[in-house]
Amino acid sequence: MTAMSFVYLAAILFAIGAAAVLLRRNAIVAFMGVELMLNAANLALVAFAHMYAELDGQIMAFFVLVVAAAEVVVGLAIIIALFRARQTISLDEPAELKG
Amino acid sequence: MNFVTPEIAWAPLTPILIVLGTAAVAILIEAFIKSPATRRTVQLTVTIGALLVALGFVIVQWVGLDGSAGDVVMTGKITVDAQSLAWQAMLLVFGILGALLFAARTSDGEDAFTPLGSVPPGSTKERLARRAGLKVTEVFPLLLFAVGGMMLFTCITDLIFLFVALELFSLPLYIMVALARRRRLLSQEAALKYFLLGAFSSAIYLFGAALVYGATTQIDLESIGIAIDFIPNRDGMLLAGAVMVVAGLMFKIGAAPFHSWVPDVYQGAPTPVTAFMGAATKAAATAALVRVMYLAFYPLEWELSWMFWAVAITSMIIGTLAALVQTDIKRMLAYSAVAHAGFILVAFAGLTPEALVALPFYLLTYGLATIGAFAIITQVRERAEDGGIGAEAVRLGQWAGLGKRSPFLAGAMALFLLSFAGIPLTAGFIGKFEVFSAAIAGGAWPLVLVAVIASMVAAFFYVRLIVLMFFTDAPEGADEAIAVETETLTRVVIGITAAAIVILGILPSGVLNIFESAAHLLVSAG
Repeated sequence: MTAMSFVYLAAILFAIGAAAVLLRRNAIVAFMGVELMLNAANLALVAFAHMYAELDGQIMAFFVLVVAAAEVVVGLAIIIALFRARQTISLDEPAELKG
Repeated sequence: MNFVTPEIAWAPLTPILIVLGTAAVAILIEAFIKSPATRRTVQLTVTIGALLVALGFVIVQWVGLDGSAGDVVMTGKITVDAQSLAWQAMLLVFGILGALLFAARTSDGEDAFTPLGSVPPGSTKERLARRAGLKVTEVFPLLLFAVGGMMLFTCITDLIFLFVALELFSLPLYIMVALARRRRLLSQEAALKYFLLGAFSSAIYLFGAALVYGATTQIDLESIGIAIDFIPNRDGMLLAGAVMVVAGLMFKIGAAPFHSWVPDVYQGAPTPVTAFMGAATKAAATAALVRVMYLAFYPLEWELSWMFWAVAITSMIIGTLAALVQTDIKRMLAYSAVAHAGFILVAFAGLTPEALVALPFYLLTYGLATIGAFAIITQVRERAEDGGIGAEAVRLGQWAGLGKRSPFLAGAMALFLLSFAGIPLTAGFIGKFEVFSAAIAGGAWPLVLVAVIASMVAAFFYVRLIVLMFFTDAPEGADEAIAVETETLTRVVIGITAAAIVILGILPSGVLNIFESAAHLLVSAG
């Protein structure tokens, strides 16, 4: 099993995450898709760092982790505020903005 | 294992450190000052003060450069050169104007933000919060974080740290979009859309950056450019990575087909936030795209040019045609922003040195006109049923006859619209001229032809609003239905932006010279 197989795995995870964002209508599930995409990028970074035997990619993965955590805070806050107002988190439901 | 302490030259980062440091202090102010009214005054003073001091330091650094290329901080992770300083100064000006708009209040003493973001719209708790006079003054530190992140975004020369800065300025914007006082459901929905699509696009950007790292083993832009030059056969991984990185940045610029968030967010966000975001996000993202294209991906210019052409043409056509049929003024300006994103991308054709002058100038004129136009929208209000000041009057029909009731507002709005349309003697004309000549120099005359046609079609809907304001009589009872506000802070912002648009339109040479000296340095630094 070479390091390159991890990159393929990362690409597959990324595609699954992107599909979740584009196809699922539940805000939380779509959001989980985004997190999956970020973690796929992390996996790719770490795999490449291992492949080239250097540290850059691994250090970057830490930065991405921190940023992803901050993103969760903001994202869940917005989703909760929306849920309180509407009692639903379906992305089809809120349809005030059109055109 | 021995640990080598990294040496970091902090001095070139002073303006950014001031802005972000003040943002952290401003969060503490939130905790320690109890009275909402005092807190608003203190936060406004601190915010404007920090931005002005940072602007002063940027100017000092600019003078101190004195022909040198600039400073490289942290072994090529950050490059503070003249190009970056010019963008930073622009963003600070947008930030100052934005902060003034954030603080503006209606004659009823209400600002643009909800009294308490966490309570559901229309609930008893919301009424209680309003009666208690609560204020969300956190918008000022959020603005500072956004400005700091954007300033960092213009000078980072490392693909992954670029991602950190991207999120640093995006996250505060997501929150600010959700905080409108009126039409809160709309505002929260816009925030959710902005957040999901923004996070989606930054994930695409990040994966692209990881692929570029995999293909070149480099993460700082200059080394990537050199490495790509040495790769004989450019494989799919490198190209896919480059396309994803560029797509992530184009999303922030708001170009079609990455524009689906633009109309919703422009319409749903509190108008002062729309003004700041519309101007500053575009500028910061363009600055980063310039750096990425000119330093890292210039060897891929031929491979990527189809993307720039396709996205530029799509943006101009979609933005112009969709703006024609809008009846909501904020939505109309949003689609016009999509068209302007297309004009910005036109300048990237051929990656000419002229574009390095044209782009900052275009973004400056566009940003000033955007802030001014949205500032005027905050001043035209519906009357609430109880006779107080209601939500903003955003339907086009409600603007009929504004020229008679408030010649100042209608005149300034006409000026900004003409500048958007690119009519001579306004700054927008010089901006468009510069951008189109840069594209011609790059050999992209078909692109310029499309852009000129799009500008002519776009002039139709700008002029339609001007005709509506000046040559249409207001319908019966409009005087009672529509209130025209006279908030001093907003008037100051409108006055400054209008004056700047006229001055840049008639005497652009001074500012153009500044951007010209900035353009040379970026190339020599690269």
